[in-house]
Amino acid sequence: MSSNQETRGNGDGIPHVLAHSPKDNVAVAVVEGLAANTQAFGVITEDNSTFEVFVKSDIPIGHKVALVDLKTGDTIIKYGQDVGRIVADIAKGEHVHVHNAKTKRW
Amino acid sequence: MSENITINGESPTNPFVGSAPDQLVTPALSADRASSDYANATVMGWRRENGRVGVRNHVVILPLDDLSNAACEAVANTVKGTLALPHAYGRLQFGEDLEIHFRTLIGIGSNPNVAAVIVIGIEDQWTNRVVEGIAKTGKPVVGFGIEGHGDIATIAKASYQAKRFLQWATELQREECPITDLWISTKCGESDTTTGLSSCPTVGNMYDKLIPHGIYGVFGETSEITGAEHLCKERAASPEIADKWYKMWKAYQDDVIEAHKTDDLSDSQPTKGNIVGGLTTIEEKALGNLEKIGHECTYIDALEPAEAPAKGPGLYFMDTSSAAAECVTLMAAAGYVVHTFPTGQGNVIGNPIVPVIKISGNPRTIRTMGEHIDVDVSGVLRRDMTIPQAGDALIDMIVRTANGRLTAAESLGHREFVMTKLYRSA
Repeated sequence: MSSNQETRGNGDGIPHVLAHSPKDNVAVAVVEGLAANTQAFGVITEDNSTFEVFVKSDIPIGHKVALVDLKTGDTIIKYGQDVGRIVADIAKGEHVHVHNAKTKRW
Repeated sequence: MSENITINGESPTNPFVGSAPDQLVTPALSADRASSDYANATVMGWRRENGRVGVRNHVVILPLDDLSNAACEAVANTVKGTLALPHAYGRLQFGEDLEIHFRTLIGIGSNPNVAAVIVIGIEDQWTNRVVEGIAKTGKPVVGFGIEGHGDIATIAKASYQAKRFLQWATELQREECPITDLWISTKCGESDTTTGLSSCPTVGNMYDKLIPHGIYGVFGETSEITGAEHLCKERAASPEIADKWYKMWKAYQDDVIEAHKTDDLSDSQPTKGNIVGGLTTIEEKALGNLEKIGHECTYIDALEPAEAPAKGPGLYFMDTSSAAAECVTLMAAAGYVVHTFPTGQGNVIGNPIVPVIKISGNPRTIRTMGEHIDVDVSGVLRRDMTIPQAGDALIDMIVRTANGRLTAAESLGHREFVMTKLYRSA
């Protein structure tokens, strides 16, 4: 187990971000210290395919990054399912959370 | 002498380095680990009078009501090794709220992790209702009413009986039982996005492996299925069960949410901790939550809170709150003897009679509060551990826990016992 979280990533095959489904338009940071201006390495768990996304915001571990440009009113897709709506425009690579996304339920 | 003692290959006299040394030491995988042949694995448990298998051997001092907590705690303080279960309710309840109260108390006393029970209540009649309910299991149970005697005489009489029960129970021997005799419940807490990626699918994989061999499983958390209700409905074993489940879920939406809802449910769904962990909406949380039931099994009934499953081995749904202690207490009352609890941000909950096994995949939580975690599945996020491997690690920990290893929550004294209350008392 590496002691230096920041060095993890593409080099040793450990992903920075994971998405569940090829349909997802967000991915989850799974390392600590994912900083803005990082070319992040990602894996889609459903089919083990890989992708890259240029991260434009600092993304705390567990938080989401947009995989495409998202506009107000768009639906967030995760697990290949509808998980809420966008309430402020988000550029690809930016942080997606309660400041720009909301439930459709309450 | 002490320098020769090692635990998991390390001397306990070594200074601790880092915040969670116990969790960073993973025992070497032995060739005979339970998960290598899980269908034929066995555990050392206590087979009770009614044939059910328990993995703990408690003598419980059970209050009928809030007024009887003091006497129960005095008995447990006098007779060391017995366990008082103080709680907040039991007076002037009525209707379904009262029925859940009785079902929970009788169920906790009847749980196979309990060898014998002393019930103490303010008066005799409701006390006897709990005693008679527990007595159906065939286990030793005696009740005491306080009115007409006072606390001191009641404590004295109950203590003599508790001592007899304890000495009897401590001579009961564990015996080898098939793993399929276990009833294993699940509920997650302080979830984050890592639970949906790692610890919840770990539980799902365990259920996919063990349920076909005859264990009983249960999941609940009615409010936390909101956003995944279409998928949950599809996982019912028949259209009738799907309909029964959907009515429970819809009733919660209509009677509780619609009647009382606030914006984002006042940051209670998702919780503040969920949000810190990266979960944004209830839909996202629900989809992660549902990963706990795996991909193969279907649920064969939808149970009322604390209702014992009655349709044989398989997976069940139970209508519960999503608050950890309330939910685990209801599942313990239904007869489940081991609980599997995925957490992302680090929920520290335990239960007084059921070992609660914590599973986490969040490397920050493992690093900062690893003393609360029993199974580290952070390798799933690094892609150096598969979900089936994580499921095997959980099965191994279930067997070790059933055999007597104290969970992190048991070691740290977590005994959260919380009655579900439906509405104001009369």
